[in-house]
Amino acid sequence: MSAILEEILAQALQELAAVNDLNQLDKVRVHYLGKKGLFTQRMKELGSLDPEQRRSAGQIINQAKDQFQQHLEACKERLEDVALAERLASERIDVTLPGRGQTVAGLHPVTTTLRRISRIFASVGFKVVEGPEIEDDYHNFEALNIPAHHPARAMHDTFYFDAHTVLRTHTSPVQIRTMESEKPPLKVIAPGRVYRCDSDITHTPMFHQVEGFLVDADVSFADLKGVIYEFLRAFFEKNIQVRFRPSYFPFTEPSAEVDIECVICNGEGCRVCSQTGWLEVMGCGMIHPEVFKAVNIDSEKYSGFAFGMGVERLAMLRYGINDLRLFFENDLKFLEQFN
Amino acid sequence: MQISEAWLRSYVNPAISTEDLVEQLTMAGLEVDSVEPAAAKFSGVVVGEVLSMQQHPDADRLRVCQVAVGEEEPLQIVCGASNVRVGLKIPAALIGSVLPGDFKIKKSKLRGEESFGMLCSEKELGLAADANGLMELAIDAPVGVDFREYLALDDSIIELDLTPNRADCLSVEGLAREVAVLNKMDWLTTQAGNIPVSHQDALTVSVEAPEACPRYLGRLIKDVNAKAVTPLWMQERLRRSGLRSLGPLVDVTNYVLLELGQPLHVFDAEKLSGGITVRWAKTDECVTLLNNQVIKLDQDALVIADDKQALALAGIMGGNDSAVNDQTQTVFLECAFFSPQNIAGKARRFGLHTDSSHRFERGVDATLQARAIERATQLIVDIAGGGAGPITEVTAKAALPQRQPVFLRRLRIETMLGVALADELVADIFQRLGMTVQSQADGWQIIPPGFRFDIAIEADLIEELARVYGYNNLPNCSLLMRSELSQATEAVLDIDRVKDLLVDRGYQEAITYSFVDEEIQRAVAPETEVIRLKNPISSELAVMRTTLWCGLLKAALYNTNRQQNRVRLFETGLRFIKKDGATHQQKMLAGLVLGDAYSEQWGEKPRKIDFFDIKADIQAIFALTGCGIQFSSAQHSALHPGQTAEILSPDRENIGWLGMLHPNLEKQLGFDTQVFLFELDQDLLLNKRIPVFRSLSKYPSVRRDLALIVKEDVSASELIDCIKSSAEAALQDVNIFDIYRGKGVEEGSKSVALSLIMQVDTQTLTDSEIDAIVSRLLTLLDNEMNAKLRD
Repeated sequence: MSAILEEILAQALQELAAVNDLNQLDKVRVHYLGKKGLFTQRMKELGSLDPEQRRSAGQIINQAKDQFQQHLEACKERLEDVALAERLASERIDVTLPGRGQTVAGLHPVTTTLRRISRIFASVGFKVVEGPEIEDDYHNFEALNIPAHHPARAMHDTFYFDAHTVLRTHTSPVQIRTMESEKPPLKVIAPGRVYRCDSDITHTPMFHQVEGFLVDADVSFADLKGVIYEFLRAFFEKNIQVRFRPSYFPFTEPSAEVDIECVICNGEGCRVCSQTGWLEVMGCGMIHPEVFKAVNIDSEKYSGFAFGMGVERLAMLRYGINDLRLFFENDLKFLEQFN
Repeated sequence: MQISEAWLRSYVNPAISTEDLVEQLTMAGLEVDSVEPAAAKFSGVVVGEVLSMQQHPDADRLRVCQVAVGEEEPLQIVCGASNVRVGLKIPAALIGSVLPGDFKIKKSKLRGEESFGMLCSEKELGLAADANGLMELAIDAPVGVDFREYLALDDSIIELDLTPNRADCLSVEGLAREVAVLNKMDWLTTQAGNIPVSHQDALTVSVEAPEACPRYLGRLIKDVNAKAVTPLWMQERLRRSGLRSLGPLVDVTNYVLLELGQPLHVFDAEKLSGGITVRWAKTDECVTLLNNQVIKLDQDALVIADDKQALALAGIMGGNDSAVNDQTQTVFLECAFFSPQNIAGKARRFGLHTDSSHRFERGVDATLQARAIERATQLIVDIAGGGAGPITEVTAKAALPQRQPVFLRRLRIETMLGVALADELVADIFQRLGMTVQSQADGWQIIPPGFRFDIAIEADLIEELARVYGYNNLPNCSLLMRSELSQATEAVLDIDRVKDLLVDRGYQEAITYSFVDEEIQRAVAPETEVIRLKNPISSELAVMRTTLWCGLLKAALYNTNRQQNRVRLFETGLRFIKKDGATHQQKMLAGLVLGDAYSEQWGEKPRKIDFFDIKADIQAIFALTGCGIQFSSAQHSALHPGQTAEILSPDRENIGWLGMLHPNLEKQLGFDTQVFLFELDQDLLLNKRIPVFRSLSKYPSVRRDLALIVKEDVSASELIDCIKSSAEAALQDVNIFDIYRGKGVEEGSKSVALSLIMQVDTQTLTDSEIDAIVSRLLTLLDNEMNAKLRD
């Protein structure tokens, strides 16, 4: 290699060693390999040599150029590594900071409870039906075998608009309305708001019920018991004890109240169950022949059962809520607990 | 009703614990609400007798007594009660006894005089809430006997919550009959012999309303001593049923009511003029009741009257003018059967509810009156002395309740209960329940007893069987029935999907009352007619909401008053609209938002929500249904006039409203920040478009951006509608991506930047084709909207 070339190479390598970013590197590359670069100029000068000298001189130049290029590549790789490391370091974030944007809220616990009840019954083919909340006396009472002055009316503290119009006191009128318009077999649940003129620590003037009923040929009390059993166990996701107590509703005969083993104390006895170990959760019974008569269904051909449950009551037991009034205050601190 | 367990067990005494007895009653449909001890815990109290008494030397109010307590020597006890006297028998607490409240009796000195115990009042023994002096015991009370034993205080008070069909159990006898049935035992009925008649005086009785009073019995009892003291055993049984002793005459009627379930009434005969008439009241006739309430009657109120005036509200309450007191010498004892239909609802109408009306409106045994009047006479004569006259009876047989036979088919038992019961068991259960049973080939002919008013049809008999057999002994069947596939309606979106969307967008679901404060209602919807409750709980819950905003605004205030500065709520439910005299109950979805757009966070600058935040939520809802809607600038009395949109369906039907609460209302209601509201009609909202497939183009789409100068009053939707109205087949989408005002744009105008997306199925669009489309659109926009391309 000629002394000049060695000098150029040495200088080039020295310059490469001093480079510390990709910009500088590119400048060095152009200085030696660009159109007017030092190596390029040497190559251009070959033309003035005779052919003999040209070949060997060319080889020498190429050797020097190759060497330079190897160093150049190595240097580039090194600088890229450094740059990447710098970028990674500079882009480091605190992944524990909260995410950005809108937060997700939640449904009211009554809605959540209603949805669970509906889903359980829908899974065996019950259809969800709704009805009016301002209801006439006929559908709320008369057709349900509760004539005027019946003592059972005292059990319903009724809100009136006039002598014939009330806020429904239960979801049972939906039973009448459905049976008026549809023929058996029927499998229906009717969730919704109901109203009683009563307000204290354990009563709110509005609350929610789910009415359910089934009408078909040969439906028995044993079928009713089976359905209620399975429902309660599905709802509480637990093999709880269930018992049926004779009771009285004008629209069912026989009638029963359903108790479950207290879910707070597991039946041991506590304040919630008044030390009895049992909690009343719903009323039910076989649909009364008078009710069938009111909707023109032949009670010799068909029989059926109906049941009604308080949604807030079930929600309170399920989630351990201790004050009914919380449901309608809509305090975000309460509601957000169920998100 | 509450009753002493010991009293009940005096009729039938099964060998089971109190706990089991109570469980048995509850499981037979006679729900026991509570079981309480008949007396609070105390010990060491005996029956004592005051032998002698001296004034305390240093205290005016105190006496130093020598009291016999059954030991060799009497005890010296200092006493301050005003009724202490020689010969009095009293409960005496000895040294070492413990009274209720863990009060220990010790030897003490009162003003220098030694006292070896304490003489007790009913209050000190926890038997009454207050007392006037020492508890006075019967003259024959055995001195030295343990007081608890003497009054049989180790008893339980059973409180029952009976359903309205079981009037037959509103007495000790009725409950005893049930307990006997459940335990397959016999029971003793109350013995009431015929009392010898000692005089022949009687009042005439005339019943003018036999349909309401099919049976009326009465008799005069003369020369009674109304000041006689009711025996302690009776006082105690009354007390354990929650009744105070009110003198022997009233106590006896109350006692027989509890014992047999027959309400009775005593009149002071000397206050009556002439005979007794049972009749309908005259219009505006008045009567002053025993509770001093003066009520004005009308013609459907049944009264007991003398020749002069109405004396009592039949079967409900007696009157003041004829009431007995401790001067009474002659009583007229009434024992009647009033028919339930005629009593039902009457007491409630006058705001009354009595032990008597409670029983008559549910049904009293119409065969009981003769036995009950004899029993009451016997007790009165035993306690207060006097002589009974003959019984006057007026009975209208045809008006008495008739017990019709009910037939029970054997097969029906299994159909209804899911289990067959043995014939012998069926007959036995009915017989024990007091029914007349006649066995037939395919079932039983059954006549219910007079005390059962709830057995009219076959299903009633089946319930009785199930009840006594035990509901929990009946089988549980797994539901097997015909099933039909359910509908999956695609053209109606499920509201649950919308609720979930709102939840995901940060809205918390609220449930507010359907009746609201009229003030908020009027503020929010002043022009809307409201539906008013006749008997609201309070003025704050008096009218039915015509918009869900009423409740949401109240809920929002509840939270802002509790340091919540960011509220996002929604609710679904009915609103109640009166239109042309008819009530419309419409399902609505409403929302309320106030405060910052996002909860405070490090990554976003705090920013108040604005109209377009909420609009985006509404658009998201409608994106679920795929139905095109329009937002049209409009006016609403509750909303800011410049920030109100009416939401319209494609055929311009009102679906709902969106806007900012009017600043006046914001202030009036007490908010200190802007509030945004929306409300949508669910039925219109949930119409869902069923998608129809369009083939996809193989050719690329092209985008052209336009900046248009338009006047301020040209709305975004007008521009877009104009472009869409061009019917350019290649035009796929139009989107506004910027609005600019300021330098380079004339005052009163704005620059709107639009992007146009164009594509066809058959070819790649050429530049010249695209230019032609854009040029046609610009001409259209210029003509229709006076929109110019910005230089």
